[in-house]
Amino acid sequence: MENLEKKIIVNDLDFYYGDFQALENISLEVPVNKVTAFIGPSGCGKSTFLRTLNRMNDLIAGTKVDGEVLIDSENIYHECVDVVNLRKRIGMVFQDPNPFPKSIYENVAYGPKAHGIKDKDKLDQIVEKSLRQAALWDEVKDRLDKSAMGISGGQQQRLCIARALSVNPDVLLMDEPTSALDPIATAKIEDLIEDLKKEYTIVIVTHSMQQAARISDYTAFFLMGDLIEHSLTQNIFEKPENKKTEDYITGRFG
Amino acid sequence: MKKAKEKSLVNCNLNSHKSADIKQRIGFGILRISVLIILVLLAVIIYDIISKGIGVISWEFLSQPPRRGMTEGGIWPAIIGTVFVTMMTAVFAVPVGVFAAIYLNEYAKQGKRTRIIRMAIRNLAGVPSVVYGLFGVALFVRRFAFGTSILSAGLTLGLMTLPVTITASEEALKAVPNSYRHGALALGVSKWHSIKTNVLPHAISGIMTGAILGLSRAAGETAPILFTGAAYSLPRIPSSLSSQFMALPYHLYIMSTQHSNIEMVRPIAYGTALVLISLVLIMNLGAIFIRSKFRNKH
Ligand SMILES: Nc1ncnc2c1ncn2[C@@H]1O[C@H](COP(=O)(O)OP(=O)(O)OP(=O)(O)O)[C@@H](O)[C@H]1O
Ligand SMILES: [Mg+2]
Repeated sequence: MENLEKKIIVNDLDFYYGDFQALENISLEVPVNKVTAFIGPSGCGKSTFLRTLNRMNDLIAGTKVDGEVLIDSENIYHECVDVVNLRKRIGMVFQDPNPFPKSIYENVAYGPKAHGIKDKDKLDQIVEKSLRQAALWDEVKDRLDKSAMGISGGQQQRLCIARALSVNPDVLLMDEPTSALDPIATAKIEDLIEDLKKEYTIVIVTHSMQQAARISDYTAFFLMGDLIEHSLTQNIFEKPENKKTEDYITGRFG
Repeated sequence: MKKAKEKSLVNCNLNSHKSADIKQRIGFGILRISVLIILVLLAVIIYDIISKGIGVISWEFLSQPPRRGMTEGGIWPAIIGTVFVTMMTAVFAVPVGVFAAIYLNEYAKQGKRTRIIRMAIRNLAGVPSVVYGLFGVALFVRRFAFGTSILSAGLTLGLMTLPVTITASEEALKAVPNSYRHGALALGVSKWHSIKTNVLPHAISGIMTGAILGLSRAAGETAPILFTGAAYSLPRIPSSLSSQFMALPYHLYIMSTQHSNIEMVRPIAYGTALVLISLVLIMNLGAIFIRSKFRNKH
């Protein structure tokens, strides 16, 4: 990993919900145009850590962050950082598909419109491109004006991916994006992630070790707020260095 | 749920079933009777007013000012006065109420301070309307020197309806799922933009319903306008915000308690009550209409 360009560098990060410390002394590097997976048992802090990368945790009252998160060598917790702008660059896909109760078109056009694009042709282009990238275009191109609430869960999740891509981020954070989906929809999204990493740096939280093994280049294993091991996915699953990692992956695989 | 089911399956005790069944029936019976009492009372009141008031309703009654010491003519100035003062109330209370609710629900840091504010708002909703009237005199009529006018009366009624408007708006905002907010914010959209385009549109029907219900209550109030702007008799239609005005509830009050010949003007009093009730009913129907229209949309 040493010689790869780093998109995100986290140094000595601590995170607190009130008095409760959810992350302790996390340091980790995310290489550009790769898929990095976060695995670990429920409650170990994967989602919390993911949300520190686009500062969505700011929305939760009483939280506190120590340490730094560098994205393109800039500390996103520096007081001069414009959080709105940051979130434009670091897209996010949530665990449960959360399309807006608008048409499919309006869902994807929402972000670009909010950022001041008014030209109809331009918006059309962005919508088509984003839906194509999310491998959804062919399925919905004839009903763009229909409500997004009326498509299947898997389609909704890909719509949310298209929506995240519409504002042209560099990084895509995904929090268990397939946990609410069936195996076929899951396979589609996994293929999609494979394609997307050519253009985007992807960080994905997943409960499924098989999924991490299938789609990620690097894997980080968390346990009770600590980062236990972070390495090439192959190494983590084939020759883990830490005993705890080994226990976790063998326990689940066995 | 699940536990109860299991229990009833294993525990096939007929007696306990029966007693539970009877208890349930008694419970439903009490509920039914309560609803019935309310409906019957409502029907009696409405029937009473319609039967005694319908006789005087005519185009003249609706379009003419009172004549001959209010024993003849109509109630047009009172109708228009109530409409104007309610509009003034709306212009003040709806935006202030909605923005207060947005602040409380979307921006304020939730904690002790917001709890105290909410408690204060709830208590304000319970303050008798005559107290608002006195406060209106002190603040708007005297201190701000707005005089007895539509402006003072509308602001006073507005203060009175604010708790309802704020509470209803906050409930409507709370009902909008957080995923809409987070989904928008994660796209790098500013907070205000996300509220404006992705939260308010889903709360607007609840907000409007609450606001209209508050206003319809304001339209029927006498005490808050008594000292702040309502006139005993004013054949002209108010010409500006600083005019005094006649109002339906106050007119009704006069006709039923203050007039020199109460027996004689009783039909007019009932006619006035009928018009007032109709006005409030129309506003409430408007609220229901808005609600169902928006509900169908989603
Ligand atoms: N909003 C919150 N307020 C307080 N504590 C929280 C909050 N969110 C999470 N936590 C706590 O922080 C710890 C880490 O939670 P987090 O959601 O990051 O875990 P996770 O690894 O994503 O779990 P899962 O796999 O179940 O999604 C847990 O102990 C959790 O209870
Ligand atoms: Mg999680």
